[in-house]
Amino acid sequence: MINLLIQASYFAAAFLFIFGLKRMSSPVTARGGILWAGAGMVVAVLVSLAFVDRGNPHWQTNLALIVVALVIGNAWAWWQGKRVPMTSMPQMVALYNGMGGGAAAAIAAVELYSAHAQGYGQQSLALLGALIGGVSFSGSLIAWAKLDGKMNKSIRFSGQKVANMIVLLATIGVGVWILGWLESWKVTVFFIGALAFGVMMTVPIGGADMPVVISLYNAFTGMAVGLEGFVLQNPAMIIAGVLVGSAGTLLTLLMARAMNRSLANILFSNFGEVDAGGEGPTGTMKSAEASDAAVAMKYASKVIIAPGYGLAVAQAQHKLYEFVKLLQAGGVEVKFAIHPVAGRMPGHMNVLLAEAGVPYDIIFDMEDINGEFKEADVAVVVGANDTVNPAARTNKSSPIYGMPILNVDQAKQVYVIKRGQGKGYSGVENELFFADNTALVYGDAQKVMVAMIQALKELG
Amino acid sequence: MDATTTITGFVALYIFMLAAFTGYEIIGRVPAILHTPLMSGSNFIHGVVVVGAMYALANAHTLLEQVIGFFGVILGAGNAAGGYVVTERMLGMFKSSKDEKKK
Repeated sequence: MINLLIQASYFAAAFLFIFGLKRMSSPVTARGGILWAGAGMVVAVLVSLAFVDRGNPHWQTNLALIVVALVIGNAWAWWQGKRVPMTSMPQMVALYNGMGGGAAAAIAAVELYSAHAQGYGQQSLALLGALIGGVSFSGSLIAWAKLDGKMNKSIRFSGQKVANMIVLLATIGVGVWILGWLESWKVTVFFIGALAFGVMMTVPIGGADMPVVISLYNAFTGMAVGLEGFVLQNPAMIIAGVLVGSAGTLLTLLMARAMNRSLANILFSNFGEVDAGGEGPTGTMKSAEASDAAVAMKYASKVIIAPGYGLAVAQAQHKLYEFVKLLQAGGVEVKFAIHPVAGRMPGHMNVLLAEAGVPYDIIFDMEDINGEFKEADVAVVVGANDTVNPAARTNKSSPIYGMPILNVDQAKQVYVIKRGQGKGYSGVENELFFADNTALVYGDAQKVMVAMIQALKELG
Repeated sequence: MDATTTITGFVALYIFMLAAFTGYEIIGRVPAILHTPLMSGSNFIHGVVVVGAMYALANAHTLLEQVIGFFGVILGAGNAAGGYVVTERMLGMFKSSKDEKKK
């Protein structure tokens, strides 16, 4: 009877996960989607308390440990999740994902140390899940440390790829060797190898590429959970894990494509280290006052804003939207153009704008709005750089050549709000800044926005 | 009715294939504006790993198994609860112009 209840609940949970994920794929129903998936999780966790087998002499201790661990894990994560600022979302997701990978590896460890996993089939599934989960655990922690600014250097040395490959192959070798003859110390060596490989694979990757890596580890954790689900014969884990494993893989490829790079290129090349090389753009940069830019926009009929991560760093989203509302009140058509890699991961910029209250139907993806820049009277670039650099279209020697960009340079007038004369994340000079129709407004984005709002209000 | 499930061999492969296609299809048609919440949402869904960790701890017989299982449950619960909170926070912020006017 209790078995029937468990299986029925898992069936319901699996349905709710798929249904919830489906609802999450449209902005209109997304909010409901997470609630449905959340309900599935609650059902699955509650019914799993029934696992406690009273034949086990330790059952009371184990039940108490489960409850205590659930309380600690939930309380900590809930508290962290509520207070993390939206700009830090990527590293928070990395951290939670790493925890999931660690949990999958822990399940495998218990099954392997206790020799519950019987036969080649179960053991190889458990070992594979342990490898993927362990890599996801240690790799995600490194990704978190890098994005959170706790680790700024990318460690690279010659022969690194060879060293990484040796560790991976050695770990797999140990796994194959112990199949069928599990011994505790050999299992331990296997886990050390898996964790070490996760660290070694992640340390050389630069901060700008980290979001793609997190997405990849997200898929890894999903796959590890699915594999351990097969070991434990747990359908909820199998369905949820494999679902996320494949969805996460696709999402990773979409992100890599948006950056116009292959996944292999991100994982195994050292982007950001390349010398920009070639000739820099020539010409002079013009600057403009914030008030001039504001007035030009007031008398425009169509304005497109291209925000970047710099906007969020300056915490200027709210002021920007206040300014936009003033323009809209004056009859100006305003749209936001989002580059796929604006922010720290795809869609991050949308979240940051949503936080400021910007409705999602005036925010457009790059491919939907790139054709409209020609008709725009004014394009405003706030805190973005590489994603609007025309060199990506024309300059073959540029490291960002071939990356799709926002066509802001096609607008009649371009204003770039910028702190100083620095370069973008890729270290490349931006030809846009030297163009005839571009004027730079220097200053902190938030202060510039305040000045622009002021200018509009004075005009009445 | 026998309610135990045995998922091995080809049954396992079928489930694997169908679940993988389901995940692929759902993400394939998603607008880029939802990529971050969706990554976070799928991160939440694999938080179901906590269930497996609970099973491992429930069946633990030695101190070592209990210690590993205990940390497994903490990590899994953190994945699930944290993933839920941040996804819900992000999605709660998405509004259309109509919602804006209703306020």
